[in-house]
Amino acid sequence: MGYPHKPHPRETQVLSTHFGTADARTAEGWKQRGGYKALQNALGMDPLAIQQVVKDSGLRGRGGAGFPTGLKWSFMKQGDGKPHYLCCNADESEPGTFKDREIMRWTPHALIEGCAIGAYAIGAETAYIYIRGEFTEPLDVMERAVAEARAAGIIGKNAMGSGKTVDVWVHKGAGAYICGEETALMNSLEGKRGNPRIKPPFPAVAGLFGMPTTINNVETLTAVPHILNNGADWYKKMSRPDNPKSTGTKLWSVCGNITRPGNYEVEMGFPFGEFLQDLCGGAPNGRKIKAVIPGGSSVPIITWEEAESAVMDYEGMVAAGTMLGSAGCIVIDEAQSMPRQIARLARFYAHESCAQCTQCREGTAWTTKILERICAGDGTAEDLDTLLSIADNMTGKTICVLSDSCATPVVSGLQRWRHEFEALITRKTVHAVPAVVA
Amino acid sequence: MTAPRVNLTIEGRPVSVAPGTNLIEAAKQAGVLIPHYCYHPGLPVAGVCRMCLVEVEKFPKLAPACATAVAEGQVVHVHSEKAREARKGVLEMLLINHPLDCPICDQSGECELQDYTYQEGRADSRYREPKRFNPVEDFGGDVLYVPNRCILCTRCVRFMDDVAHDNVLNVSERGDRAFIGKFEGKDLTHEWAANVVDLCPVGALLSKDFLNKARAWELDRTASVCTGCSQGCNIIVETRDNVVMRYRPRSNEQVNDFFMCDHGRMSYRGLNRRDRIDVPSILGGKGYDAVDWDVALDGAARVLKGKRAYVVASPNLSNESLHLLSRLIKKTGGVGTFRIETGHEAPLPGVKDLSLRADRAANGTGAELMGFTRSNTPFAGIAAGDALIIADAEVKPEDLAAIGQASAVIVLSTSMPAGVTRAAVVLPVSTHAEEEGTFTNLRGRVQRFLQAKAAPGMARPTWFAVSDLLGALGESAQYFMASEVFASLAASNAGFAGLSYDTVGLRGLPIAGEPAGAGR
Repeated sequence: MGYPHKPHPRETQVLSTHFGTADARTAEGWKQRGGYKALQNALGMDPLAIQQVVKDSGLRGRGGAGFPTGLKWSFMKQGDGKPHYLCCNADESEPGTFKDREIMRWTPHALIEGCAIGAYAIGAETAYIYIRGEFTEPLDVMERAVAEARAAGIIGKNAMGSGKTVDVWVHKGAGAYICGEETALMNSLEGKRGNPRIKPPFPAVAGLFGMPTTINNVETLTAVPHILNNGADWYKKMSRPDNPKSTGTKLWSVCGNITRPGNYEVEMGFPFGEFLQDLCGGAPNGRKIKAVIPGGSSVPIITWEEAESAVMDYEGMVAAGTMLGSAGCIVIDEAQSMPRQIARLARFYAHESCAQCTQCREGTAWTTKILERICAGDGTAEDLDTLLSIADNMTGKTICVLSDSCATPVVSGLQRWRHEFEALITRKTVHAVPAVVA
Repeated sequence: MTAPRVNLTIEGRPVSVAPGTNLIEAAKQAGVLIPHYCYHPGLPVAGVCRMCLVEVEKFPKLAPACATAVAEGQVVHVHSEKAREARKGVLEMLLINHPLDCPICDQSGECELQDYTYQEGRADSRYREPKRFNPVEDFGGDVLYVPNRCILCTRCVRFMDDVAHDNVLNVSERGDRAFIGKFEGKDLTHEWAANVVDLCPVGALLSKDFLNKARAWELDRTASVCTGCSQGCNIIVETRDNVVMRYRPRSNEQVNDFFMCDHGRMSYRGLNRRDRIDVPSILGGKGYDAVDWDVALDGAARVLKGKRAYVVASPNLSNESLHLLSRLIKKTGGVGTFRIETGHEAPLPGVKDLSLRADRAANGTGAELMGFTRSNTPFAGIAAGDALIIADAEVKPEDLAAIGQASAVIVLSTSMPAGVTRAAVVLPVSTHAEEEGTFTNLRGRVQRFLQAKAAPGMARPTWFAVSDLLGALGESAQYFMASEVFASLAASNAGFAGLSYDTVGLRGLPIAGEPAGAGR
């Protein structure tokens, strides 16, 4: 568990080891803690060899989709004569997720090192770190660290004296959820309106400025130096014995109705029920957990019963009927009204829709209006079927998945807590305990 | 070597198209219309309206036809249950905030939102919430924006950005608050900006000039060619009750792609002049006496007898009219001149070789091919004893002294030339909207235009009047149709050799020795 708390003994600290250590924020302090060794070695390696180590480690994207990182890197055609780019997605905007924020706040050089190695491995000389507009403190920390690393010759024209050019730049977004979508991120970075692009072409073919580009999450890139230092096998061992597809450690941001909210780093395959009850302390005030959104607001909401028996890795979450996503875990206790929670999520997506695709632009707002009307006691019996029908029209039909993400909590919520919606519609009391969080 | 083709099946119809073709265009070739809003063949693909979703076998999800390239052996279902349901969903969403004010909307009758909703939309709406409202905005130029009807297809934004290269429009705000915005201090004053009105598939962008003037279903539409300049943009003349209501561009990738400039668009107004000559007349003792055509033509023939015909022609006369006038000139050993008004050039940067040309007339090239001489003082060469024929040419005050040199004046015009008071014979002729004919544009492309409305009173096509005049002068050849005159032209003028109305069609053909035209 991250600063300001002591870690729980059952955590496995890799990325979060130096959270809260002020000295680790400086280049010198980071070197003293074993930093930049991996970069030094990497710059002497063949980029394809680095890709192989990452492939062997089983590292998968930590931003939400869980795509194998080494495989993603191998899509970048080496020696095609075009400039390649690495974009580090630090636009962590998924509601409930705040792990990348802590990585950047406390271990900025870890991210710079990861970016430099990643860029080198894909044949890029430039890496951009795209930080969301609201992250003022992480932005300050990162800008200072990048300037420091450049002054120290760690990055730049002759990175660590290797004669190779690897540079890292920090770019501040203007604060839009959609700019965390990789193609919208590239548009925003290019100075355009942050609208997702149609795929194909995929970024590895034509991405930033039309050039081959890889986009990786902060946590993904930060894990790379550790993998290079300790070997792929070390990383691969941190997994369920029966599931080698999810490896390593994962940072979990836990928030909502939970006694000890914060970031936790555990190995893949950790039991979810024990995690929520023992490490996070369960719901506060003696209440029971009713619902959990394990992977950021875009994944299906599951009941406590489903969560209790779930396993914390990519496959385990799918088996529980949801997804690992960004591991931004939102806990909802029995005092809360599910229709209200879901209406609030829908309102977020309606606010953040980029307005390109019809279903998303109109559907997110329509969904929100219906849900808020139900919450206001003006719902009708047909509304629930209409909601599901709109959700169906919003799923799998748009350029990006923002639309699907708005439909997900509605569909999963209605599947599991339809009675709460119906109670509101028939104006019956839902909860004995008044809502603490509005 | 033949170009490679891709074979696929759309709605059960096999079709073979060029590689890289998207599914909408491939379907068009198979005779299937895939409903769409944001896609336009003249603009970059946006893929945002999601209306063109179709089912492609072996694809996990529905595919946007505009952004999906054809592949060998692909099987596409446009009207399958799944695809229809998806489009029905899009249509419902597009209408939830739409005011449904078709009865007072200019676009009604030519609105794709209306068309597709009738075709495959829901009969009712499940929307029970208040509708979004934004006030009407004047976008400058000829364009009015009605945001409540907008479906945010962004065709207008893409036209201004990628074709006109003038960043005026944008999508402002996000989510359902989004609307088409105008950058601070900018207006749609670009000289091709009014194309956004045609491009708008709904009633969100309207022409101020056409506002509330006519319903789409009352209009008669005729293929024609713009006379605003020498580019020769292909157009549709839209009339109601014999009055021209507006011009719209007619697509021709060799000339104007899908567009026309604002100058040309507004040039329709000249066709609705109220001071038209509608009866032949002869100058008598007490002014002009209205007579019938035979008397007037006899009078004209008498005037011409033994004199040199000095013809000043309008550069907006058809090839046919100019051809017969040139025969008249040859017969009398005369001279033919013309003058073209000029202005600034205004290119449309996104389309190759498309511009509002400096020469503001349709057929200067044709006049030159017919032996007429271009001059800024077309009347200056009149010698004493010449019979001057003013063939719909404009007369300026400074021309009047030279005109005074002529022994007699024959006016062959749509309206009386200013300052010409003592014409011996006045013959009423029709405008290009009132007759059939051809123009030759600046690249030497011969293009047909059709008759869009009736000529007033006794007015006739110029070629018809000149043909009769030649008859009155003793020539035996008589023409009853413009196509016959054109055949005569093709037979006697090397440039037009081999051309006929049938081969020229409605897309035009270059004259001999000219490369095939412009376009992208």
